[in-house]
Amino acid sequence: MNAIGYAACAVAVIGALLAITRRNAIHALLSLIAMLLAVAVIFFVLGAPFISVLQVAIYAGAIMVLFVFVVMMLNLGPPQEREEQRWLGGGIWAVPAVLAAAFLALGYYAVTAVKGAPPSAGMVGPKQVGLALYRDYVLVVELASLLLVAGLVGAFHIAPPTREEPPVEPSHAPAPHTQAEEATYVSGR
Amino acid sequence: MHVLWLVPALPLAGALLLALFGGLMPRRAAGAIGCGAVGLSWVVSLLVAGSFLGAPPAGGAFRQTLFQWIAVDSLRIGMGLYLDPLSLVMISVVCFVGFVIHLYSAEFMFREDGYGRFFCYMNLFVASMLILVLGDNLLSLYLGWEGVGLCSYLLIGFWYLDRANGRAARKAFIVTRIGDTSLAIGLFLIFWRLGTLDIQQAMGSAAALGSLATVAGLLLLGGAVGKSAQIPLQTWLPDAMAGPTPVSALIHAATMVTAGVYLIARTHALYALTPQAMLVVAIVGAATAVYAGFSALTQRDIKRVLAYSTISQIGYMFLALGVGAWWAAIFHFMTHAFFKALLFLSAGIVIQALDEEHDIYRMGGLFGKLPTAAWTFLVGAASLSALPLVTAGFYSKDAILWAAWSSPGGSAALWGAAIVTATLTGLYIFRVFFLVFFGPEGKPVERRPGFLMNLAVVTLAVFSVVGGFVGMPPALGGYNPFGRLLAGVFGAEPATAISTQNLFIGFSALASLAGMGLGWMFFLRLRDWTPALARSRGYEGARRFLLAGWGFDWLYDRLLVRPYVVMTSLNRGDFVDWLFTGLAYATGAGNRFMSATQSGRVRNYATGLLLGAVIVLALLLVR
Amino acid sequence: MYPVASIPTTHVLAVALVLFLLGLLGVLVRRDLIYVLMSLEIMINAAALAFVAAAAKWKQPDGQIMVILILVAAAAEVGVGLSLVLRIYHRFDTVDADQVSSMRG
Repeated sequence: MNAIGYAACAVAVIGALLAITRRNAIHALLSLIAMLLAVAVIFFVLGAPFISVLQVAIYAGAIMVLFVFVVMMLNLGPPQEREEQRWLGGGIWAVPAVLAAAFLALGYYAVTAVKGAPPSAGMVGPKQVGLALYRDYVLVVELASLLLVAGLVGAFHIAPPTREEPPVEPSHAPAPHTQAEEATYVSGR
Repeated sequence: MHVLWLVPALPLAGALLLALFGGLMPRRAAGAIGCGAVGLSWVVSLLVAGSFLGAPPAGGAFRQTLFQWIAVDSLRIGMGLYLDPLSLVMISVVCFVGFVIHLYSAEFMFREDGYGRFFCYMNLFVASMLILVLGDNLLSLYLGWEGVGLCSYLLIGFWYLDRANGRAARKAFIVTRIGDTSLAIGLFLIFWRLGTLDIQQAMGSAAALGSLATVAGLLLLGGAVGKSAQIPLQTWLPDAMAGPTPVSALIHAATMVTAGVYLIARTHALYALTPQAMLVVAIVGAATAVYAGFSALTQRDIKRVLAYSTISQIGYMFLALGVGAWWAAIFHFMTHAFFKALLFLSAGIVIQALDEEHDIYRMGGLFGKLPTAAWTFLVGAASLSALPLVTAGFYSKDAILWAAWSSPGGSAALWGAAIVTATLTGLYIFRVFFLVFFGPEGKPVERRPGFLMNLAVVTLAVFSVVGGFVGMPPALGGYNPFGRLLAGVFGAEPATAISTQNLFIGFSALASLAGMGLGWMFFLRLRDWTPALARSRGYEGARRFLLAGWGFDWLYDRLLVRPYVVMTSLNRGDFVDWLFTGLAYATGAGNRFMSATQSGRVRNYATGLLLGAVIVLALLLVR
Repeated sequence: MYPVASIPTTHVLAVALVLFLLGLLGVLVRRDLIYVLMSLEIMINAAALAFVAAAAKWKQPDGQIMVILILVAAAAEVGVGLSLVLRIYHRFDTVDADQVSSMRG
């Protein structure tokens, strides 16, 4: 089990690294999905199966799909790829790298201060989580749903208005007769 | 005698009136107020003199305290007037000569703009001079000192629209300022050591200065040198001739430049304690007399000749002070006031008659055309050259020459310098006389003097002759009421060998006549011979050197002015000011810097967030 | 139910830290808004991983509940964020974060 866990860690790190350095958006997204799945494996290995499934279903499933949709809508093609290449020049990494290194040093210092033996093996199953959720943290559930509604309404409101329908010119094609033609006519708009 | 306070107060009131309303009143009114104030002051001074001489007050001096001027902690300065024979002589001369010159200038300046302003300044000057000589403490003396300096500046630059006049005025003010600083330090020293600035008290306790007496004496001498235009601070006086001629007559011949002489005479008790300082005074005087005598030989501007002549004659007065012949210095001051003012005023007649011509080489043959000016100038010149027996200058100059030889502080060298100067004096003044009034004709005469101007010069001419008869040497009768009067201030004259004195009278007479004769020879008789001399080798160089006043201006320019200008141009950015503007600049720079961080870019903000997070984490963790 | 791995908590936390930093780098370096949002997701996920590590250590469900909350928040954030990106693209015709800087000065 340990080996699987470490392997999954490696995959996650590599996936994140790739995600931030690809110039094609879809490639980056795919790497990101790989990373998320690896993290799900880590969750599972650490004895949190419920969360690992949730991760796959919601994070890698819904959220990433949203990303993919948007990327498709934006239609970022080769010109953007070239642009990204230009933007990811040399010097751009300097300051963030320095700051990240400082953060890393501090974080490492903080993390290694955590003492303790490796956790004894034990799984915290869905039943336990569910009980805790609806007993002790029931308000959290309500708040979470509020948050989701807010997100929904916000996203709906902020999204740009739909494009104007182009005027339909009288076509010389005969009126649709078959249902198949009708279907194509309707969906062709 | 209790009306003494009117003597300085009347010109002061006149100045105030003219300052406020001078521009509003007609010219004749302004002139009347200006002359009237000084005239009334003169009348009062006559009354005071009569009262003083008729019934001398106890202790030989009369004090009148007017009010408390400064009262700070232990410093108590009152404004009081002190009348003793010395100040009596001074105010009499100042008021009389001042009045005469005011009358002259009422006509001389009649066509000028700023007529009221002129008389305002002149009255203010007379008031300041009177405060200077009447003050009973050194601080009111200094007040008058500064006042006359201010009026000198204002009057030199009277025609201020011409920039050169402003420069001359500034030069005068700045150079005398150097002297004033020395004087101020001297006053500080006296106050510090003696605890009082009251003249009689300070002089009474002057011995308490100990070895500092020499220092104090030299510091006061510094101030006197500045105001009286002696070496090394004499460079301002020739340039001060840029002012109107009456100004040159009053301020730069008769009165202000003699303030230094008065200062030293007034503090003679201090100087008596320090023979070293007195020797310095004498040397300064003698050297200046010779220096100015030579410089006056080559000047072309008639007023500059007279200016150098003034410097030279005041050198005589300093010489007299330096050898301890106090009364002789004051005697020469009086006669010099008469004949120098006379010379300036008659020169002014000539200048105005020739439509503002100052160059003597452009004048000529004026003897018949301007008879009043010619005769009075002759009288003045004769008095200046000490024409024996009939001129006032002879008696005063002779007294000085005798003292230069016979006084304890005197020496052969000093006497020699004085004799040489006497010869030079005759030479240079008669050079002017012959060049201006004889010889081929120069510019034609445009204007003639009127009644007031003629009256003024004739009056002064009379006094230039008779003024000396109050100080005769023993050989000629010994009628010396002047000396006896001043003995009340300075102590009695030491007895001297009469026969030797007679011999020396002969010498000085000879010197004067020699000078006049040389002038006659070079500039009247052998006029055709002089150009040949002018072409000889070395003459031109010497002439230029003397013309430039022995290069003092050049020296000061190289030594002092240019480095100062370089320094100020280096500090053009004013590094001291930068402390304050730097604050504003830093704030602005800070603002610009901070504004630059507001790039509107999310990435930059995120970087800032990260930076802050790192810092906070570091602070929290590294503990 | 199944054998749980005994990976030291320190290691997991270290991995979470590294993932967090990688996401952070992505936020700072990339100009395209999509990538920025992606990197944000990485960061959020790293935080979730840290919580799970804690839950595993103490064998409490509270950590997992926190992760649920994180998931919810991430979902809402992505929804709103992406619609913002679309809005920006609609308005400025670019998804360059540096172009959208009119709040400068």
